[in-house]
Amino acid sequence: MNKENYIPVFDENEMKMVEHHKSKYPAQMAAVMPLLWMIQEKYGWISVDAMRYVGDLLKLPHDHVLGVATFYSMYFKKPTGKYHLQICTNVSCMLCGGYEVFHYISDKLGIKNKEITSDGMFSIEEVECLGSCATAPMLQINNKEFHEKLTLEEVDKLLNNLRNSN
Amino acid sequence: MEKIILKDIPDLDKISVYENNGGYAAWKKVLSQMKPDEVIEEVKKSGLRGRGGACFPTGLKWSFMPKGNDKPKYLCCNGDESEPGSFKDREIFEKNPHQFIEGSLIAAYAMGIKAVYVYIRGEYWKWINIMEECVSDAYKKGFIGENVQGSGYSVDMYIHKGAGAYICGEESSLMNSLEGKRGYPRVKPPFPAAVGVWGNPTTINNIETLANIPEIINKGGEWFSKIGDPKHPGTLLFGVSGHVNKPGVYELPTGIPLMTLINDYCGGVKNGKDIKMIIPGGSSMPPLTKEESLNMKMDAESLKAVGSAIGTAGVMVMDEDTDIVHVLQRITKFYYHESCGQCTPCREGCGWMLKVLNRIMDGTGRHSDLDLLISVAENIEGNTICALGDAAAWPVKWTVRKFRKEFEAKIKEDKADLPAANKVHGLRKSDEYMTISDHAEQGKVEDLMGKVQELTQNEDIKRFSS
Ligand SMILES: Cc1cc2nc3c(=O)[nH]c(=O)nc-3n(C[C@H](O)[C@H](O)[C@H](O)COP(=O)(O)O)c2cc1C
Ligand code: SF4
Ligand code: FES
Repeated sequence: MNKENYIPVFDENEMKMVEHHKSKYPAQMAAVMPLLWMIQEKYGWISVDAMRYVGDLLKLPHDHVLGVATFYSMYFKKPTGKYHLQICTNVSCMLCGGYEVFHYISDKLGIKNKEITSDGMFSIEEVECLGSCATAPMLQINNKEFHEKLTLEEVDKLLNNLRNSN
Repeated sequence: MEKIILKDIPDLDKISVYENNGGYAAWKKVLSQMKPDEVIEEVKKSGLRGRGGACFPTGLKWSFMPKGNDKPKYLCCNGDESEPGSFKDREIFEKNPHQFIEGSLIAAYAMGIKAVYVYIRGEYWKWINIMEECVSDAYKKGFIGENVQGSGYSVDMYIHKGAGAYICGEESSLMNSLEGKRGYPRVKPPFPAAVGVWGNPTTINNIETLANIPEIINKGGEWFSKIGDPKHPGTLLFGVSGHVNKPGVYELPTGIPLMTLINDYCGGVKNGKDIKMIIPGGSSMPPLTKEESLNMKMDAESLKAVGSAIGTAGVMVMDEDTDIVHVLQRITKFYYHESCGQCTPCREGCGWMLKVLNRIMDGTGRHSDLDLLISVAENIEGNTICALGDAAAWPVKWTVRKFRKEFEAKIKEDKADLPAANKVHGLRKSDEYMTISDHAEQGKVEDLMGKVQELTQNEDIKRFSS
């Protein structure tokens, strides 16, 4: 599982990235999304302290950053499992077995939507269409790799691989 | 048929391969030989209409931008692609990213824009990385940046990563998101060409729209206007999903028969089954029945004629065994989840429709629920700040109308439940009902009241008609 709590701080290189993001827009408020992404990349999720930190960096009221962070579903406001499995159940996936995949994983890991396994390895989330409808059913891991055209055997393999890659 | 965007050239995503195949020639031609107004004229002549869903004529949209440089102007390229059933822009990022980049540079030049923002949904991590690299390559080759190709024209391009909000595909929400705010749609007017991002004139175009531009410059607007349906010319990137043998993205001329697309390109319906329903343009578009599908042509006007729309050309095919009520419930759940919550009809209406659909799925629906769904949908439609309200209302209204039998089959025949009716009457009289603190319990009683009311009405009707 990602750290329960952390002290948000960017190092020198990361501060250069912050300046780069600010330079892309005519007003620095616009850098709030890229900075929240940087926090999440580094710590796995975005704590309220981290939102305050981003607010201070951009001279924005803290509640503005909170408002932005809570509006977007890909920003995690709580720690997730080491591997956060985002399973699409929208229509095209549903037609091709998206719910079967979701329930299979949920049963196998013994967790429900948005829960984390007790060892902190996995969490699952039912998500909306990820633009992979022709290769349904599918899931995404940690907001990154897509795993498409899933079968239940492949799900087994995937979970084993993730567990063993530890 | 020759393809305009998804050309069969290996490694076309590499800038050198793209250049060797005529890439960036249109950009050079524009910079050295064409005035901005001439570019807009050529695009107008092509008849190109936006591929983001609304089919607005692109040249006309560009001509709304103010001339001159009193204020900075912006181009936002809409790669939010979150409408369920749509996955075509992703194909452009992967197969022909430079043609899109070239198209947006030409668009920027035509409108005197110096900064281009490419908004890509955050889930497209892989394709965002591809695009970052492509933009950086185009800078290195001198196609973007200061004084491009010695023309005196300077332009910058930035990629902005979304973070999971369907609503940010709506153009005014996209602008708020880009500014670093919550993605709330804005009230229009003012339109973006007058007051857009950071209060300045802005044009928003879809990725596929822009990817068409280089070939329009290379081969001429007239050439483009003769491809496909004359009122909606060009090709479309049809994304076909659901119950077909070969789902995928197929670039074909507009006006192609839907059955040709499904049978000749997608290998027909899986397991030789029959079609029950087809959603022709992403989940918000009114569905087609099998009968409507058989003779349907896939272009803006043909679909409009049957009350549907081409949308994003995301075709979702459902076979004879599909549970239509479940499909509509899932679609409605999506819009309920994605409503930004600013307007009461959209926020409350989506929740209400979902609640009703949930109970029909549970087997506790009522016959009056079907008209209720249509009525709620019609009260959302046209009464909201942005078109997400309509997008949520259309599928409900039209699926219930066109597939009413499917819904009725899930509603169990009401039987008079006298003890329950008496209980409700008893409760009504006493103050007990008013003091039930448990919401679940209160809900049960309300449900019963609704049933009793309906039964009484039915009884009245029977009495009067006999
Ligand atoms: C709820 C909603 C979501 C939308 N999502 C997208 C999208 O993901 N991509 C897109 O290009 N247009 C989307 N649009 C349409 C845009 O508002 C806009 O019309 C379009 O980007 C304009 O580009 P075009 O003229 O090139 O089609 C959406 C509209 C609404 C109402
Ligand atoms: S229609 Fe829905 S999504 Fe659009 S602004 Fe209103 S509440 Fe938000
Ligand atoms: S419906 Fe699952 S990716 Fe589109």
